[in-house]
Amino acid sequence: MPYIYLDDIATADIAFRATAESLEELFIAAADATVNVMVEDLDVIAAKEIRAFSLENVSLEMLLFNYLQEFIFYKDAESLMLRATEVSVKKAGDHYSLKGEAKGESIDYSKYEIIVDVKAVTMCQFEVKETAQGWESTVVLDI
Amino acid sequence: MSIPHYIKQVDNGVWEIGRDFKKGMNVPARIYATESLLNKMEESVTDQVTNVAKLKGIVNHAFCMPDGHWGYGFPIGGVAAMDATEGVISPGGIGFDINCGMRLAVTNLTVDEVSPQLQSLINQLFKCVPCGVGGKGMINISRGEFRDVIEQGAKWAVNKGYGWNEDLERTEEEGCITGADASCVSQKAIERGFKQIGTLGSGNHYLEIQVASPENVYDKALAQTFGITKPNQIVIMFHCGSRGFGHQVATDYLQIFLNVMKSKYGLEIIDRELACAPFHSPEGQDYFKAMKCAVNMAFANRQVILHRIREVFADVFKTTPQDLGIHQVYDVAHNIAKLEKHQVNGKEKEVLVHRKGATRALGPGMDGLPEVYKRSGQPVIIGGSMETGSYLLAGTEGSKETFCSTAHGSGRTMSRTKARKQFYGRDLQKKLKDKGIYIQCASYAGLAEEAGAAYKNIDDVVKATEVAGISKKVARFTPIGNIKG
Repeated sequence: MPYIYLDDIATADIAFRATAESLEELFIAAADATVNVMVEDLDVIAAKEIRAFSLENVSLEMLLFNYLQEFIFYKDAESLMLRATEVSVKKAGDHYSLKGEAKGESIDYSKYEIIVDVKAVTMCQFEVKETAQGWESTVVLDI
Repeated sequence: MSIPHYIKQVDNGVWEIGRDFKKGMNVPARIYATESLLNKMEESVTDQVTNVAKLKGIVNHAFCMPDGHWGYGFPIGGVAAMDATEGVISPGGIGFDINCGMRLAVTNLTVDEVSPQLQSLINQLFKCVPCGVGGKGMINISRGEFRDVIEQGAKWAVNKGYGWNEDLERTEEEGCITGADASCVSQKAIERGFKQIGTLGSGNHYLEIQVASPENVYDKALAQTFGITKPNQIVIMFHCGSRGFGHQVATDYLQIFLNVMKSKYGLEIIDRELACAPFHSPEGQDYFKAMKCAVNMAFANRQVILHRIREVFADVFKTTPQDLGIHQVYDVAHNIAKLEKHQVNGKEKEVLVHRKGATRALGPGMDGLPEVYKRSGQPVIIGGSMETGSYLLAGTEGSKETFCSTAHGSGRTMSRTKARKQFYGRDLQKKLKDKGIYIQCASYAGLAEEAGAAYKNIDDVVKATEVAGISKKVARFTPIGNIKG
């Protein structure tokens, strides 16, 4: 799995570390880790609805921060549980831009094992870094 | 673990870390705890409360309550008052779930009357108070009307028929904090929140039917004032906040503050979750007005939930909520910042009190109390884990030391992922049913995360507040029914 949950960072909340060879895979892994906090088995989320994202930020960290927020936003605003499908991240001048697509469906308690709600992505120990193997990110989610 | 040498006891249940502990501390930090609770507190609490002591404009002390544990920026259980002219406002001192809080209502029913109906009550409450991930409420309003909700709070709900006027008198700020301005909140926040009025949420949020056994009533006179008048009386307690709306307000302003705090205001970023802005800056004032909108959303949310509870009880008992004596005792926030007057260096001063996982606890006679509680002091509602029970306390004169603040709950000691590995939701539900606690939950994994063993002993937390004199025990309630997100 491209992400692991970390026991010892946040007592009342949930932290994870995502790793990937490319930046795009890292963003998708972090989105999956966020949604997986809410839904036990990601594979049961059917791709019935599509939402497209277009984000920009001068900071790569804030770009990921805002990208993960999108999944939390649609969960509340439209009761949609989405999975990241495509992401492209480009650097143009002094800022990064992201185009992405996510697919999913209305939250269906009869269909999935729902775990717990994610309230927010926090800045606590939030990190995106390039490593010898590719990319790594640490994220703490508020529960 | 023994208590580190830099933590000195300064009074019964009060421990201090001096300003020399860390460079830049403006005031000493104080932890309210028994020796045993202090021993068990994470070291990160010390680090966080002393970081809070570095914030610009903080007065007297940075406090941590006995249920304190690691949080974002501030520890949970953190209390800090900032000079209203010179100081800062920090979303990290309030929490993502703005006006997360507790509401308590009494009934005139006893456990013998409720037990035969318990399963129907819990099953119906589970249907009528939506909970869990992304839960939508049963009130359909437009985005425009939602703007009224966030400016008017519980008053909006009562005007719409979801409650009684007396509920407002018995709510902090009478259920509507003044100065909320909907133009300071983002469209995203509105989108996340406008369908969620009357919903419980998830995590540690719950709704419980509880019993006040005679042996658990510690102060009969105060209990009487608060409406606990007969043996084995049934009460209803619930815990929730401003839902996705408040979470989005906090997220939006965390980013705004991070962008300006150093570049525009020259404030040191100690921890990104301690992002802040001068209280009187445009950003600080906008956040304060937006935060008040979330405070009002949470008051309206809990008001509508109380209304649903009244409807369910009336339906099951085939009578009216009036006949069942379902009166609100109090509603109090534990994630909030408010402008209040307190003594600072012997003079009364207006300060911005941040309470994050801490409850206001006004002592007898203090300003801000409704007439009905002028002599008793404010009811303080302390939510425990679903297995161990909860408390009703009263504010005391001694709470002046902590800007009239006390604990808010039991405080976690075990991480969610660990709890889920150690407990199984279905087993826990069965075990609790055998103990006489009937539970309905939206998620069994979520239920496992809330096992009683994942929390501090609530009796120890309450004892610590009494030892230090910042609140007083009135009654302990034991759960018989619970709904969880």
